[in-house]
Amino acid sequence: MSDMTHASEREETRLERQTDEGAQQLRPITREMVIAGGGMWPQDDLGDTMIINMGPQHPSTHGVLRLMMELDGEDVLRIKPVIGYLHTGMEKTGEELTYVQGTTNVTRMDYASNFANELVYSLAVERLLDVDVPERARWIRMMMCELSRMASHLLFQATNGMDIGAVSMMLYGWREREEVLRIFEFITGLRMNCNYIRPGGVAADLPDGWQQRILDACDTVCAGVAEYDELLSQNPIWLERTVGIGVITTEECLERSITGPILRSTGFPWDLRKAQPYLPYDEVDFDVIYTSNGDVYDRYRIRLYEILESAKIVRQCVEKMPDGDFRVQDKKLTPPPRARIDESMEALIHHFKLFTEGFKVPAGETYVAIESPRGEIGCYMVSDGSGKPVRMHIRGPSFYNLQSIDPMGSDSLVADAVAIVSSIDPIMGEVDR
Amino acid sequence: MADDPAREPDHESAETEGPAPIADEVAAVVVERFPGSVFAESHGQPVVYVDRSVVVEVARMLRDDEQFTMLVDTVVVDHLLDGTRLRVDGVEPERFEVVMNFLSHARNRRLRIVCQVPESDPTIASLVPVYPGANFPERESYDLFGITFEGHPDMTRILMPDDWHGFPLRKDDAAARVPVTFKGDPSPR
Repeated sequence: MSDMTHASEREETRLERQTDEGAQQLRPITREMVIAGGGMWPQDDLGDTMIINMGPQHPSTHGVLRLMMELDGEDVLRIKPVIGYLHTGMEKTGEELTYVQGTTNVTRMDYASNFANELVYSLAVERLLDVDVPERARWIRMMMCELSRMASHLLFQATNGMDIGAVSMMLYGWREREEVLRIFEFITGLRMNCNYIRPGGVAADLPDGWQQRILDACDTVCAGVAEYDELLSQNPIWLERTVGIGVITTEECLERSITGPILRSTGFPWDLRKAQPYLPYDEVDFDVIYTSNGDVYDRYRIRLYEILESAKIVRQCVEKMPDGDFRVQDKKLTPPPRARIDESMEALIHHFKLFTEGFKVPAGETYVAIESPRGEIGCYMVSDGSGKPVRMHIRGPSFYNLQSIDPMGSDSLVADAVAIVSSIDPIMGEVDR
Repeated sequence: MADDPAREPDHESAETEGPAPIADEVAAVVVERFPGSVFAESHGQPVVYVDRSVVVEVARMLRDDEQFTMLVDTVVVDHLLDGTRLRVDGVEPERFEVVMNFLSHARNRRLRIVCQVPESDPTIASLVPVYPGANFPERESYDLFGITFEGHPDMTRILMPDDWHGFPLRKDDAAARVPVTFKGDPSPR
């Protein structure tokens, strides 16, 4: 049938319907037309693709991530992430806050591992100030960062398990993460967004009995990790869903500024804790975990075993924790103890000035980078000598790691796209800031 | 600061004549290759101020000849209200600064390249052809500062809504410029 006959038939039908006479017969649809597609639909040539949206409200998008996927049937041809749904202008806010208030702001960026954000901000301020923090403060910071890495990777195990189909992992991961969050509550008073690491040291000293509680939590977490390992690592369904899925190479990672477990999963053992040690990471014994396939399974394994390495570091921190001050004893930089305010006029003035005006930071600019659970988190800070930064930029690793979706997701299946996004482990608060 | 691996004690003697030798070997190569570039040390980190017209050549040289495998970050700074701005001799300060952080994994060193971008012509060449990882941060810089990166494959807003007017991180774009709307209020825009 040519288009001409179609057109004339349609014209006839139209004319017929304008007149009001007789019964109307619909065009017959035969089985051949339906099966072969002959005439029922517009000619469906090969190469016709469809663009669909996944998200922004989708349980496996870890917040509000929208993916535009070009599909050919079940095959994903291209993926483009669309972000910004959680943008709250935190860098602008950072320019309005004093250096004392700044950590409260940055801790809300990567809310799954907030200590990394606080640390990188504090290190940047301290480098501009040229201040050395006491040894004990550095060890407390390292311990809290590693606990936070454990919590973050446990969160990953929970959500990754659920995304791929091992729904019970959601409960297991949450169960062990809860132990770590209790430690945070015990030490800092808050379970998330702790605002504990501050310029000049940490907010408070460790409470009595912290050693035993932390060691107990480490034992619980390590037992949990052994359980996940047994449950998933050899599980045929799990292997089927993850091995060889979402492969990325070292070259693709490097040119796209992708860091952290994704880079390490491609056979490139780069970890800033070893390569450019910042806290006393060179004084503790731990290993950098890396694999060589660069697929979803490898990223799962790296994060699983990194929990054990972090537990190793935390145990060494408990063992080697030095005595001394937990913050710099500089009254212009850190607040006086609460008891001093009642008896000393100077302490009261210092306290008041610190929390109203903050302290001034000499003019300068610096970039500090540390290894967060997701990769290199950096802080670029510009000061003009006043009490507030001119520019406070956080290089969020998730923001850059999202650029790996396209090389990983091209030529995969729609069902694998969920596994791939999950294996990137993006925290949208950090992506959008 | 003890946490800073890049920091080295300052060994330069006071009686050195002429311009001091550049402590960082890569920065020395960049300054030599691209006349007009200025080296500055910022808290132990090497920084090179280059002209914005050669930024792509600098990046290509860093990648191909100097093993700088990653462009870690691209940041824009707006110095509009910055009265006591850090002055570097030989650099004509402009309103915007585009700062690029490079990292060499093989040599385990960093280098920061800074370009001055004037307010009247806020454009600079895109580094996406050299480092594809510059895609998102350059879109972010465009979105929040209005710096156009020429040659970028997709120069669109990334964080703000597509129909947003203005560039929020500029210093003349004040916070709370858009009033808080309550239910039933007319739209602010």
